[in-house]
Amino acid sequence: MAPDGTAKAIPAAVAARPLGRSRGVSSLERLARRRSTIAFVMTLPLILVIAGLVAYPAAWAIYLSTLNRRMTANIGLDNYLFLIESESFRMIIWQSCFFAITAVLFKALIGFWLAHMLHTIPTRGQRKWRGMLLIPWVIPPALSTLGWWWMFDPSYSSINWLLTVVGFPPVPWLGQPWWARIAVIMVNVWYGAPFFMIMYLAALKSVPEQLYEAAAIDGATSWQRLWFITLPMMRNIIAITVLFSLIVTFANYDIVRVLTNGGPRDTTHLFATYAFQVGILSGNLPRGAAVSLFMLPILAIAAFFILRGVTRRAREMA
Amino acid sequence: MAEAAAANRDFPRLYGRVGSLHRERLLALRLSYASLIFAAIIFLAPPFYMLVTSIKTNAEMADQTLNPWIVRSPTLEHYAAILGNPVFLTFFKNSIIVTVVVVTVTMVISVLAAFALSRMRFWGSQTLATGVFLTYLVPDTLLFIPLYQIVGGLGLLNSIWGLVLVYPTLTVPFCTWIMIGYFASIPRELDEAALIDGATWPQMLMKIFIPVALPGIIAATIFAFTVSWAAFVYPTAFITRPDQMPLTIGIVSQLVRGDTFAWGQIMAGALIAALPPVVVYVFLMDYYIAGLTAGATKG
Repeated sequence: MAPDGTAKAIPAAVAARPLGRSRGVSSLERLARRRSTIAFVMTLPLILVIAGLVAYPAAWAIYLSTLNRRMTANIGLDNYLFLIESESFRMIIWQSCFFAITAVLFKALIGFWLAHMLHTIPTRGQRKWRGMLLIPWVIPPALSTLGWWWMFDPSYSSINWLLTVVGFPPVPWLGQPWWARIAVIMVNVWYGAPFFMIMYLAALKSVPEQLYEAAAIDGATSWQRLWFITLPMMRNIIAITVLFSLIVTFANYDIVRVLTNGGPRDTTHLFATYAFQVGILSGNLPRGAAVSLFMLPILAIAAFFILRGVTRRAREMA
Repeated sequence: MAEAAAANRDFPRLYGRVGSLHRERLLALRLSYASLIFAAIIFLAPPFYMLVTSIKTNAEMADQTLNPWIVRSPTLEHYAAILGNPVFLTFFKNSIIVTVVVVTVTMVISVLAAFALSRMRFWGSQTLATGVFLTYLVPDTLLFIPLYQIVGGLGLLNSIWGLVLVYPTLTVPFCTWIMIGYFASIPRELDEAALIDGATWPQMLMKIFIPVALPGIIAATIFAFTVSWAAFVYPTAFITRPDQMPLTIGIVSQLVRGDTFAWGQIMAGALIAALPPVVVYVFLMDYYIAGLTAGATKG
């Protein structure tokens, strides 16, 4: 038929398969050709990364946290008890929760507001604005925080210069505990709000237009549209984004490290920066491991709900 | 009859409504633009101020009577100084080596694994896919202390190869996760057709899956690139020798020293270091955003 023989080659290939398998192929070769074997070989590097660099270290951290400073004896839960009993660590727990909750709340609100505003303007212009507003998320946070640090500088603060122009007194940004806490939260909100905006914008665009048309015919006000259509349709995405951001914010390290390094008087330390100070800088690895493991319960709860949300969403979309 | 009369009575009101809808829409548009302009000013102020600082002379920076937000006599001396600094160039070189190796390794691992997990059902494949997602949620600040010991045990502290070893924990889970989503969206008819034509699994991956899921691969590569470029916790913990530092920790720990703040140089260095991710973002914005939103909407 076909001069190049392609038409014949296809049935030949199909016919050759069962023949080749039944005749003269060693069992090793057959194992190598089995689908599950190939699949296992392909996933092996992934399994090695997860098992060797995440699961094993996590288990090792739990074991490590039960050792004494020189790692010579097992002291059970003493590291945890010591931490819980110390006044300064209790303040770090409080500060971490305050930081994460406040920052996520502001990020979510600002992100939602901006996504809504972006969704209102004509589609042509959206790209340009979205591109501009995502810049804070694109710059590596350790580097942009350096810029903020310079803006908060005690004697050359450019923010204070603006405040003076408007008639406000200068603010000791990184010098006083409460201002330092606010400064750290501000930088985190600045960095993270664009992410919320992008996620919410994607969710807003996936709400079917017919729902709004139907609501408009029924005479719904814009508040009613927001409350009865937009929010219920976005509920899942909002939950996933908030919980995800809660994990990342809770475990934040770079902003505090660059901006205040925990100061003034350890009032802005988070779990991560304090674990770094105790574990790496002071050389008490077991206690440092214990500090960072304090994050685990909160992370586990958030992860559970994220996973539930994601599977539910996958099922809805299927 | 009564209905028609009611409809007639309603018409003037309806027209009034249309007018008010138009007005409402105009008001909403104005509010939107006002909010967006305000947000853009706040969001872009820090990078703008970094740029202004980096092109100011030291004398101008020290003069507190001047408006710090504008520059009067722009200069490139800080850029010249930082680009002539061999230490800074070493940071840059280290960042490039680490990022290139990590991105390559990540993409090989995650494309292979995602292909197997999305197409070849095998024992435990569902559990593994869930495990990948859970791993993505484990923050680096939970793992750096045990990894410090593990990397130390391998003798890789103070070496960029220690970073190459641990960075995949940041990149592989998410890249695998979004690649599973992209591969799963390819219609099964395509691979059945390939199977009938006698294609092997590797051929199917190379000739069908990778070309069809190319947008996903680009998105995952961008993610791996930006994450390894910006990584901060691991290099801070594992590297104390300047000649092995990547850019992020290098600038933060080496350029900022004691009381002599060389702000112009610090800002110039930070901006140069931030440039590669920003350039990638500007040119591949749609892929970047697709990768960002894929984590929650796909898979």
